Amino acid sequence: MKISELIDQTQGKLLTRESCMDPDRMIKGGCSADLMSDVLAYIQPNAVLLTGLVNPQVVRTAQMADVAAIVFVRGKIPPAETIQLAEEVQIPLISSPFGMYELSGRLHQNGLPSLENAIED
Amino acid sequence: MRDLNFNDQPPRFKGKVITDQLAGSITRVEELAYIIRIDEVMTQKLITISPNASMSDVADLMREKHISGVLVTKDEDLVGLVSTEDLIKCLINGELSAPVDKYMSTALVTLNSFDFLTEALKTFARTGLGRLPVLDENKKLVGILTKGDVTYGILRALEHDYHEEEVRRYRASHLFEDIESDRTSLILRYVIKHYDFMHGGSASSNIKKALLRLGANPQLARRVGIAVYEAEMNLIIHTDHGGSIHVEIEPHQIAIYAWDDGPGIANTEEAMKPGYSTASEEIRELGFGAGMGLFNISRCVDEMKLESELGKGTQLTMKVFLKKDEMVGEGYQTEKE
Ligand SMILES: Nc1ncnc2c1ncn2[C@@H]1O[C@H](COP(=O)(O)OP(=O)(O)O)[C@@H](O)[C@H]1O
Ligand SMILES: [Mg+2]
Repeated sequence: MKISELIDQTQGKLLTRESCMDPDRMIKGGCSADLMSDVLAYIQPNAVLLTGLVNPQVVRTAQMADVAAIVFVRGKIPPAETIQLAEEVQIPLISSPFGMYELSGRLHQNGLPSLENAIED
Repeated sequence: MRDLNFNDQPPRFKGKVITDQLAGSITRVEELAYIIRIDEVMTQKLITISPNASMSDVADLMREKHISGVLVTKDEDLVGLVSTEDLIKCLINGELSAPVDKYMSTALVTLNSFDFLTEALKTFARTGLGRLPVLDENKKLVGILTKGDVTYGILRALEHDYHEEEVRRYRASHLFEDIESDRTSLILRYVIKHYDFMHGGSASSNIKKALLRLGANPQLARRVGIAVYEAEMNLIIHTDHGGSIHVEIEPHQIAIYAWDDGPGIANTEEAMKPGYSTASEEIRELGFGAGMGLFNISRCVDEMKLESELGKGTQLTMKVFLKKDEMVGEGYQTEKE
């Protein structure tokens, strides 16, 4: 799924500049988490991360784990530092009005599998 | 690659003042059209003809140079343009000996050399013309611009963006080959401040970037990045004064050392267990303190050693051994010790 489709599916709003991402990057699945170590431990590369956390560390975590995009649930808007860092590391941020459960369900139903497996040992 | 079709001005900008919000949605290609000046991409070599020359001279020139329009200049001033259409009109009248100024068009659309490409794109779209003369501040003819020039100019700029990182990557990946020693290594040093959540992860980010530039494969860079990030966050969260991270990169292995001067860990075995954490509620609200960090590290690296003395400090050593196809420094071969 491309980022434009993800924005559609989540009825979201792109918070980062369009020039600060690769519009053709494919999102292969999803993972929902509010604990950064969970993300680092269980997410696979090229997933969309659904989260309620908005601090800059979310972006750093995503960068380390090769996350393709971040969706903030329940209409949350991150502080400017978070957006700035995301633009710097080319990870698109989206704010969606839906909650985590609803959002996970919608994306899963529309073809995004879970990328929440354990990393290979 | 994005669509580079510039035949029309992007409709969403038509007649709009560019607000901050709108500017935010401009893509790199569009951005470039706002940065590149017309005189940077126009053709400067001009083929011109005098208004007193004959239309048969025009026909010869067009055939010889394979062009479909010739600028007409008098004392270096632009006075008109003859196109194939004008030539056909002249042929129908059987008047090849007529002077150029009888058939040339004088109602000319021109561009300013100091304007940006967006202006040119607008003018191309508005007039439907494919080539436009370019004048400088003093209305002197300095060049001609075609749609092809615009596309080529933008492609070149995009390629340049792309190239910079490629060149850096290439240079870095040859580092180990270009320098001879019995054992070459690259050491990266970082100072991590206590509670610096603003910059937390920037060391890990730089280390990951360095590995990718050195030619490490993305999986390896990811594994190392995650391990260093967990270690970096522990220095930020759990220490008295922060600490240091050193990364020693060799073609066959990467060793990471993270250490601090306190408070130390009472029982390192227990600290390693998944779920064990002494993090405060405040830290948990930031998404940390799940007690998974050290456990994560152990899964990302090949060798890990956690040493600590209460009141003295903590040293964490992590090592990743590289398989042949993972080696940093392209094509570098060395015996494993
Ligand atoms: N550098 C350190 N100095 C002191 N204590 C540490 C350090 N690193 C880890 N610890 C201790 O080990 C525990 C487990 O660490 P970790 O697995 O990273 O989980 P978390 O950071 O989520 O608490 C921490 O809660 C802390 O008590
Ligand atoms: Mg930790």
